[in-house]
Amino acid sequence: MNLNQNYFELFGLPIEFRVDTDLLNDRYLELQKEVHPDNFAAGTDQEKRLSMQWATFINTANVTLKSPLARAIYLLELHGLQLKNSPELPPDFLMQQIELREQLESIEDADANLEKLDDFKREVRSVMSRIETSFALAIGEDLAMAERSVYEMQFISKLLVSADHLEEKLLDY
Amino acid sequence: MALLQITEPGQSIDPHLRKRAAGIDLGTTNSLIACVRAGIAQTLPDADGSHMLPSVVRYTEDGIIVGQQALNKASLDPLNTIVSVKRLMGRGIKDVMTLGDQLPYEFVGIDEGMPRIKTRSGDVSPVEVSAEIIKSVVCRANDTLAGDLDGVVITVPAYFDDAQRQATKDAAQVAGVNVLRLLNEPTAASIAYGLDTGHEGVIAVYDLGGGTFDISILRLRQGVFEVLATGGNSALGGDDFDEIIAQWLVQESGYSGKLNPRQFRGLLMQARVIKEDLSATDTIDIDVSHGDIQFQGSLTREAFNELIRPLVAASVKACRRTVRDSGVDLNDIDCVVLVGGSTRVPLVAEKVGEYFGIEPLSNIDPDRVVAIGAAIQANILVGNKADDEMLLLDVLPLSLGLETMGGLSEKIIARNTVIPTTRAQEFTTYKDGQTAMLIHVVQGERELVSDCRSLARFELKGIPPMVAGAAKIEVLFNVDADGLLSVSARETSTGVKASIEVKPSYGLSDDEITTMLKASFEYASTDASQRSLIEARVDAGRVIEALSNALAEDGLALLPADDIRLLNDAIAQLTGLIDSTDHKAITHGIEMLGRASEDFAALRMDAAVHKALAGRQIEEVDNEI
Repeated sequence: MNLNQNYFELFGLPIEFRVDTDLLNDRYLELQKEVHPDNFAAGTDQEKRLSMQWATFINTANVTLKSPLARAIYLLELHGLQLKNSPELPPDFLMQQIELREQLESIEDADANLEKLDDFKREVRSVMSRIETSFALAIGEDLAMAERSVYEMQFISKLLVSADHLEEKLLDY
Repeated sequence: MALLQITEPGQSIDPHLRKRAAGIDLGTTNSLIACVRAGIAQTLPDADGSHMLPSVVRYTEDGIIVGQQALNKASLDPLNTIVSVKRLMGRGIKDVMTLGDQLPYEFVGIDEGMPRIKTRSGDVSPVEVSAEIIKSVVCRANDTLAGDLDGVVITVPAYFDDAQRQATKDAAQVAGVNVLRLLNEPTAASIAYGLDTGHEGVIAVYDLGGGTFDISILRLRQGVFEVLATGGNSALGGDDFDEIIAQWLVQESGYSGKLNPRQFRGLLMQARVIKEDLSATDTIDIDVSHGDIQFQGSLTREAFNELIRPLVAASVKACRRTVRDSGVDLNDIDCVVLVGGSTRVPLVAEKVGEYFGIEPLSNIDPDRVVAIGAAIQANILVGNKADDEMLLLDVLPLSLGLETMGGLSEKIIARNTVIPTTRAQEFTTYKDGQTAMLIHVVQGERELVSDCRSLARFELKGIPPMVAGAAKIEVLFNVDADGLLSVSARETSTGVKASIEVKPSYGLSDDEITTMLKASFEYASTDASQRSLIEARVDAGRVIEALSNALAEDGLALLPADDIRLLNDAIAQLTGLIDSTDHKAITHGIEMLGRASEDFAALRMDAAVHKALAGRQIEEVDNEI
């Protein structure tokens, strides 16, 4: 057992993109119950330090596997692939991105309508889930294709963040 | 025939030796201390039977007075009587100034760093003032429990930032108490409610204290308290209600001059009484007479509600945001708990109930519930094992970020991330041969660094000279279970560990704490070296006991007999040192024992992880890429 071990193995999950999130959460809690620093508040300094390292590691592993994008990036890393900073993407995908961005801006500029924003988010999420499906198929089969899917997921994820920001603005948070 | 006594594995060697632990609610207006006794968590009263200690410290010629007696003199001696010091914790002079004219004190130290308050006993920092309050309640517990406390849990508003948390921990250190954990106030309240009612599901804790407001959304199930999101405002509380009433009084009196500190403190205290009375009655007669400020009249609850409506609305808005952050649907929240004395204001309970669509609970005294929850947690942490297991997963309340080009904050760890957590960020040099780098850590949600709280500036030195962009400096941010940040860095291409110079923006340096400790002991007329000796002995005792317990629990299962013997020898060695009068020798002995037990600690941790994994199907783990 060490702090460099594979996150999937840590939680006893199969190494694949589709994750049973309920099972992940159960295992996460089981592990934290054992190693959490609260168990060692009266322990030695060594135990405190180790439990803090373990609890941190388990939290990081959980966060990584919970988020589809982080999980996909992690799977690529397990396959020895590091993401590029400025990847090349197919023109039709970029066109779609530009259109979606413009759509978001028009919602903001025009009547700033929450319903329209909800529709937009739903549309973007369905794009995301299509990309996730193609990633799930590609990983293990066609790494280049899987890698490209991750870049696309990054784009979509940023778009969703912008949509959330707009929503916060509209809701006056 | 006498029966042999056999200790059950996992129990302390001497089961009669229960540890003394307490939970402290260090509040803006009042502070409380609670303990678990005979299985029940209760707040402890003082000699007069009062559970709440006014968080007021008065500096007189004859010494320091804390509590009600100090409060009684607050308007007569406003400059030497420190009220609501929690609002100043971990804040810089600029923040303090934005708190407005509500503080009658004279501050010294206009430069960066924590401001000090001028009193007749010299300049005091908010940390020292807080330490006096802690000492006072700890004294109460020591008397009640007939012995010194082994450890305490101190509660902080969930929305406290790093500087405010650190200041609280520093105060405990200055007061000379062992802090087991800083616990978020709403989380503490949820422990009290969760264990009291056995409630499972999603709960919202609305905590409006004297000076701070917190809202937390938690999921409770099978002994797991999981904070899903937390939010609030660390500068909104019942004090603001008082201030609004005080302003109204001044306005009604037609007085337009400047208030002197005595008038100001007097008005605030009268305003507080008016507020409290209006929680029970619909209208109240008012007679104000503070020098030029004269007013006779009345205030209705309705008019009072109008005055405070914007503040209550601001808190409900924070609730909306936090519910959104938590990712749960408003309808999924099946329980709302009111915490903090200010939730007694009827408009507050009404608006909270209106927003959540359910009647809020306040059946555990809102003033005491935080201390009670903290006591339960302290009792578990100190090692008095409770019957059922409890796991508490809390979150970072505010995003941590770094200053980037153009004064923007780049978020490194997002708010509501479960703690403890870590995040590595890579930096590079932008000039050839650059050997140093300045890193500015901020906390907050806003984009501009100037709108966030500055936590610390780090100077990385000793970077090997390379061409621009070639050096790779990995900066590691760690947030521990108390929500406190620490930072380390190394140059990854050469492995050189860059040295870090930490300049906490508003915190105290270790030197300052040492000076305060000294000052505080001089005051207590205890010899500082004597104190170090006592502390070293207590530490040694703690380490010996922890290791002995661990060996009794897991020694046979994890270690060969030789290793057990070696560790027992090491324990015996430190035990032999305890009676020594050389505190350095004891401290050295503690370090040696720590080193000797390093491998055993690692083995135990692995065993714990294995235990959690046990019973899983092998094929799941064996799955190959």
